[in-house]
Amino acid sequence: MATVPLRVSIRFAGRLVCPRYGCRPWTPRVLTADPGSPFHPTPTRVPQERFFRAGHVAPGPILPFKLADIGEGIREVVVKEWYVKEGDVVSQFDSICEVQSDKASVTITSRYAGIIRKLYHEVDSTALVGSPLVDIETDGVQEEVPQEDVVETLAVSRGGNAHQEVKGQKTLATPAVRRLAMESNVKLSEVVGTGNDGRILKEDILNFLSSQTGAILPPCSDHKEQTLSSEAAARATAPVAPLARHPSVPVEGKNGTERLKGFQKAMAKTMAAALKIPHFGYCDEVDLTKLVRLRSELKDAAEMRGVKLSYMPFFIKATSLGLLQFPILNASVDESCSNITYKAAHNIGLAMDTPQGLLVPNVKNVQALSIFEIAAELNRLQALGAMGQLGTADLTGGTFTISNIGSIGGTYTKPVILPPEVAIGALGKIQVLPRLNPWDEVVKAHIMKVSWSADHRIIDGATMCRFSNLWRSYLENPASMVLDLK
Amino acid sequence: ASVPYSHTERETFLAEHCRPGVVLKSASCDIFQNLAFEDWIHAHVDVEKRSILFMCRNRPAVVIGRHQNPWQECNVPLARERGIPVARRRSGGGTVFHDLGNVNLTFFSSRKRYDRQRNLRIVTRALRQLSPNLDVHATERFDILLNKQFKISGTAAKLGRTGAYHHCTLLCSADRALLSATLRSACAAGIRSNATPSVAAPVRNLRDEDPTLNCDAVMEAVASQYYADFGLSAPAVVVDPTDELSHPGIRRITQELQAWDWVFGKTPAFSLDTSFEVQCEACDTKVNLTVGVKSGAIETCSIESPQDWLPPAMCRELSGLMVGSRFRPSDMAVIFTAFLRANPQSHELENKMHILCEKVVALM
Repeated sequence: MATVPLRVSIRFAGRLVCPRYGCRPWTPRVLTADPGSPFHPTPTRVPQERFFRAGHVAPGPILPFKLADIGEGIREVVVKEWYVKEGDVVSQFDSICEVQSDKASVTITSRYAGIIRKLYHEVDSTALVGSPLVDIETDGVQEEVPQEDVVETLAVSRGGNAHQEVKGQKTLATPAVRRLAMESNVKLSEVVGTGNDGRILKEDILNFLSSQTGAILPPCSDHKEQTLSSEAAARATAPVAPLARHPSVPVEGKNGTERLKGFQKAMAKTMAAALKIPHFGYCDEVDLTKLVRLRSELKDAAEMRGVKLSYMPFFIKATSLGLLQFPILNASVDESCSNITYKAAHNIGLAMDTPQGLLVPNVKNVQALSIFEIAAELNRLQALGAMGQLGTADLTGGTFTISNIGSIGGTYTKPVILPPEVAIGALGKIQVLPRLNPWDEVVKAHIMKVSWSADHRIIDGATMCRFSNLWRSYLENPASMVLDLK
Repeated sequence: ASVPYSHTERETFLAEHCRPGVVLKSASCDIFQNLAFEDWIHAHVDVEKRSILFMCRNRPAVVIGRHQNPWQECNVPLARERGIPVARRRSGGGTVFHDLGNVNLTFFSSRKRYDRQRNLRIVTRALRQLSPNLDVHATERFDILLNKQFKISGTAAKLGRTGAYHHCTLLCSADRALLSATLRSACAAGIRSNATPSVAAPVRNLRDEDPTLNCDAVMEAVASQYYADFGLSAPAVVVDPTDELSHPGIRRITQELQAWDWVFGKTPAFSLDTSFEVQCEACDTKVNLTVGVKSGAIETCSIESPQDWLPPAMCRELSGLMVGSRFRPSDMAVIFTAFLRANPQSHELENKMHILCEKVVALM
């Protein structure tokens, strides 16, 4: 093909005249990279580049990018999705939109680099082949790639520096990114591209480099590190950490307002209703030394039966045993505060931090369950919670709640009662602390702080205190639970 | 016969000077892994000099086209209940039901060599080699019909900048009962949207016509016919779509394809207008539900219930809470729980609310 070399040389000539910073406008991506990084072209270098031509000089010509012939005699397509909007900066070969014709989805990629100035079609409207799709404002140094040769030209440029080929695998990267890779001795074939069509971006090279030198720490989803004792670490039952979840935050430096919706709205309404209840708090500390020993003995047996045993099943069962003696804590009071309903079932809720947010599924009828059965049910709820699949049946019907905030951190807290319940307990982390034994010796003890809140309209301090003492005695001396187990 | 995947095979598969056509057979029966593999080849492999045929079979799954509405195309709650995943592929076209009796073929080639009829001819020739009297032919719409009336294959395609792929299914021995139950939407009548609708057609299994036509035989025949087209004779190469080392980035693609935001959240905006019957004082009345959903999230919602069943204020409160949450059962459960906590009700009303919630969730 005689015309091919000519086209190639034009490309090279184009490259000589405008080095990488000249061929396209100054993209925001480059500017936001770390100025301290050796690879970042600092703005101060810019004026010294002889051939530099920045995009913020007078705007270049606006070229209409027409819909190329798709083949098979197709004359019109339906625009299904836009990947860009007016004002976006695009590079050559970035995806512009998705069109559909006759059972085929076609990704239309940009022929020019520049700024999108106009979209010619709405989603679901019809576009004719040969008609303009978008207007792109270029900086005037684009060489026109003839439409009908689009396949051959690309085949040729592949021989040049446009695409690196490694063992037949095409690696997409702009010349700027290639140079960065070359300067840092990075093989493009080893980098995973996160751009369109798997294109390797500058960020991908930088991430690859930091992973090589260990500069970035692996994501820490395990908040058990916070507890002082290793057994306490194993106690953690609330599934993975809020750090993994990033609620959308306004752009730095600017105020951002967004409406509360869905889950956030629901939580706000619940808490507004909760704070209508007059709360009082009661706190205490529990010595779990004997429980820690018991659990380590039983853990393996439970594991063999396929169930992960934490401390929560013991706490939950002790709560239920306590509620048998103090049924008013398992009650509900109506809005006008004229009737108390004593609930027969102990449906004990467990506050859980899930990817969706704070959810409180409950274990039904704890009064009739063994510790092993409670552990199995907790495993099931935790698995569903982690997958975001808790259903209405699991989330409603609770009569008492326990929050294991200590798995993330903290000692004493002031939990908020979840209506229509009348009490709630929050457990701090288990700490190993020195305590005096009955013979005045200093010994190592596993201490956990507990904070209760109760509805002062129907519950008084003495009731809460006695319930807490009973609960504490069951946990400080687990053998006593055996006496009252039903 | 297929040979086990080895390092030298991979080198051969990727090397420039290798055969102009390669047949790859997937070691996985997971729809997401196989869709991710297709995506990966489309994005990373140079098909200018070498075309690829990728074959796989999947455990039961519903695969909808890129611009379709899953609630319109299949029974989402039933699929969820039966553990049948719903997947959205990157190419356009209609909905297909995959199971181990359904063979999937994907023909990768350069834009220049993209020719769907030629690919379908390879398939029909292969079938006729196995069963010479079989009446199969490809239509203008790129379907393959058996005995001129039953659809045994549907086609979809995706064209990128330099490469293209054409994939089609082939019904060998699929579970037709499961297929029709799953592909029957519960609420299609009430859905109004611009999503691409599927065109239903009577289907038949190849095995019903000729018992020797099982999936393995068909795949082998198509593979050898494909190689014959290039004047070669070679075994298919078995590939593992979970191998991140050989296919860097494929795990991320698999996760993206499984995400709710892709499968359901990518649905073009639609409105659903439906009603369900509830018991009211020993007679049945209707509750109307109208939701507008965009990007998988509820934008507008209204619940109309007869006065004596549920007070309108409650319905308004609940529908107000639903706005902004996703159109999915777990989100509905959270909203509903919060509603009950914030609005304590009498036992009777609470039961009715539970019934209402159940009916709404049964649509999602």
